[in-house]
Amino acid sequence: MQRINKSFPGVRALIDVDFEISTGEVVALIGENGAGKSTLMNILGGVHQPDSGTIEVEGNTTTIKSVSNADQLGIGFVHQELNILDNLDVGANVFLGREPRRLGIVNSKQIIEKTKPFIEMLGLDISPETPVSELSIGQQQMVEIAKALSKNAKIIIMDEPTSSLTLSETEKLLNVISDLRDKGISIIYISHRLGEVSQCADRVIALRDGENAGELSKDQIDHDSMVNLMVGRALERNTHSKPIINTESEGLKISNLRTTSYPNCKVSFRVASGEILGMAGLVGAGRSELAQAIFGVDQTLEGEVKINGKIVSRGSSKESIRCGIYLAPEDRKRTGLVTEFDITKNISLASLSKYASKFGLINNNKEQDVANHQIESLNIKTPSASTPVVNLSGGNQQKVVLAKWLSMAPKAIIFDEPTRGIDVGAKAEIYKLMRDLANQGVAVWMISSDMEEVIGISDRIAVMHEGKITGELSREEFSEETIMHFAVGGKR
Amino acid sequence: MANSKLGIVNKNRRELGMLGLLLALITITSVGTIESGVQGLFESKFLTPDNLKNISREIGIYGIFSIGVGIVIITAGIDLSVGSLMALLGVVFLYFVTPPETRPDSFLAKIIPEIPWTIAIIFTLILGTLVGLVQGLLVGKLKLQAFIVTLCGLLSYRGLARFSADDTSINLSDSEQNLSFVRYLGEGSLGDVLTNGNGKGFLHSIPMSFVYLICFAIIFGIILHKSIFGRYIFASGRNELATKYSGINTSMVIAFAYVIAGFCTAFAAIPFCIYTGSVQPATHGAFFELYAIAAAVLGGCSLKGGEGSIVGILIGTAILIVLRNMVNLFGYPTPLSDAITGGVIFVGVMLDQHGVSSIKRLFSSKDKS
Repeated sequence: MQRINKSFPGVRALIDVDFEISTGEVVALIGENGAGKSTLMNILGGVHQPDSGTIEVEGNTTTIKSVSNADQLGIGFVHQELNILDNLDVGANVFLGREPRRLGIVNSKQIIEKTKPFIEMLGLDISPETPVSELSIGQQQMVEIAKALSKNAKIIIMDEPTSSLTLSETEKLLNVISDLRDKGISIIYISHRLGEVSQCADRVIALRDGENAGELSKDQIDHDSMVNLMVGRALERNTHSKPIINTESEGLKISNLRTTSYPNCKVSFRVASGEILGMAGLVGAGRSELAQAIFGVDQTLEGEVKINGKIVSRGSSKESIRCGIYLAPEDRKRTGLVTEFDITKNISLASLSKYASKFGLINNNKEQDVANHQIESLNIKTPSASTPVVNLSGGNQQKVVLAKWLSMAPKAIIFDEPTRGIDVGAKAEIYKLMRDLANQGVAVWMISSDMEEVIGISDRIAVMHEGKITGELSREEFSEETIMHFAVGGKR
Repeated sequence: MANSKLGIVNKNRRELGMLGLLLALITITSVGTIESGVQGLFESKFLTPDNLKNISREIGIYGIFSIGVGIVIITAGIDLSVGSLMALLGVVFLYFVTPPETRPDSFLAKIIPEIPWTIAIIFTLILGTLVGLVQGLLVGKLKLQAFIVTLCGLLSYRGLARFSADDTSINLSDSEQNLSFVRYLGEGSLGDVLTNGNGKGFLHSIPMSFVYLICFAIIFGIILHKSIFGRYIFASGRNELATKYSGINTSMVIAFAYVIAGFCTAFAAIPFCIYTGSVQPATHGAFFELYAIAAAVLGGCSLKGGEGSIVGILIGTAILIVLRNMVNLFGYPTPLSDAITGGVIFVGVMLDQHGVSSIKRLFSSKDKS
């Protein structure tokens, strides 16, 4: 692949990216979230079309128009989210859409016969007739690989294949990968887990902000050089005022909290009143799930949440809201806003009793006044308070989410990816708002995958990896390298 | 100011459109049924006091349960159990007010005691509300699909009604207690109730069921459009997750919508079975759930949830009833009535959602092929 360019509305996802893999080679593709790894592989797999650039397979220049086109060229894609039909058996999944037929009827016997060699090749100890629903995630992944092999794949792309595997399953997968390499199959391995990468890769290609960031050959691969390649950009520190930490109130304190997404990890941390705690980590580290459990919309298995010394009982978001702990969620349109409602109704939704008479009837004037006040103070750009929020820009939508919480005297606010999909100007406003809130004594906890943001805004940074907090950094220790070190599970 | 006025028109565009359709239907029927040669100049079969009284009685009964179903639809749910529940509650209510010896031979007939009609009404309302509560908890709390839950209700209440009535028709026969007043309440007029059946006049042309509907419309109109709970209903129907993230117990909000539907159905069941005078359990209230859904959808409730109004539901109900009346008065065969109703609803909803162009498109694509 040479000089591949790809833009999405508002983002240049890939800029002149080169990528090459030879027969029987394992190449690991690494980079931060949003570096362009998935886009590049989606182009190779026929999911997206490049804006410009050339692709050569076995010396012939080709265009990969579709996924089936990629199949014909011998490119198989094992996605992070498995594309498996769990109501069918193993054989039916492997030959889905290409079932051997006799007189138009699926020939199940032949499916079984044809599936067997692939299963054996991958060291799976199951019958082709086993329903997929009875297999472990690791085994299901093998079925996906078998499917790719059965299509005579010469290149197999694996996107985060180990993200939901156990340790022993991972070990098995890595063995399979080296077996496949010995059989002359090329493998592109995308992973955040640098340990695995150094174990199995012959070569490492790093992407950063949609551009090639460098390459490492087999003997150069080690943890630190990979982190350097992934992060490597010149860092600019935002000027930063010293936080006014309120020593009298304790802020938000989490003790030994277990969530359903990582039931074996206990998390404890504290966000002081007046402080912005940034929480970094890679996708899937369990940060959003932690926030949702603390806010009460997800189940808490065990643990305690305290706000200014008062215990917040678990089990419903109503309770957290009553105690002044609010969440500005990651997915604004799905969980943050009722998008067809107007601005006023969205702002008042969580605090309607404030606007109502004894009989529960809403006083629209009061509601309007508060909404207008918030629109003015947050500088929400809208024709009127009765505009449906679906018509607002991302930044203004986020401000409506915040207006909802600011109108109800926050004690702690959790910002989950507060600036995702927001333009630069609105970003700056949101940052200023967070700082103002902190200065007013609110405990601000920001979850963000944007390194610059975490480093620029936070007073303190906690890093999560696989459900655990692996590191906490004070301002003097802030650096992308250190954060990345902890984010991939490194120890102090 | 002009802007905000326009906003109101826009917001209620759907209701206004349907009101136009209703007025058009009324005009067509009134003019179309004018008979020449009869005494007055404007002697329309539609505009006779008797016909208007009948229509408003039907609008009253259908309107009450349509409000319940409409509220459920606003939460993005559906209630298919209305017609069967009306049959079951009809049987139960008639058992309550008739002497055991006149009832058919069935298990339920034996165990239900004869009780004063006032208590019978209260019990029937409680029973309907409880059924709504169970369905509501299944849908709201256990997150079962509303379609399935209420479909099972549709089948089982109908079956129970037929079983407990031994599949024969149950009649409202006079018993030891004087049922004349409850008859007034059920099928009589406001005048009948106020004067205990004496006299004549304007009040005697207003059926009680229409009076109930007005009360229901006012009460539920305020609840739905002015109260906190109403706002929660719309929000839960639009985006349940975001509503939950605002600290609202959406499961209970949704469950309560079904409780309202159960109560409304029970309330409509009583005047309806008194009006019909007997309950034929196999057919009593059949398809009522579909009329209710049709009325709600005609009136602007979206099956996607979060959209609709009480006024709209009232207009939708009126359109349905006037349409059926029109089919009768025009002398079309009665069996054709549902077909015509279906056609008009379809055209109405299509016009509403896609405008006149959709009809043009439909025909132009035909021309091409």
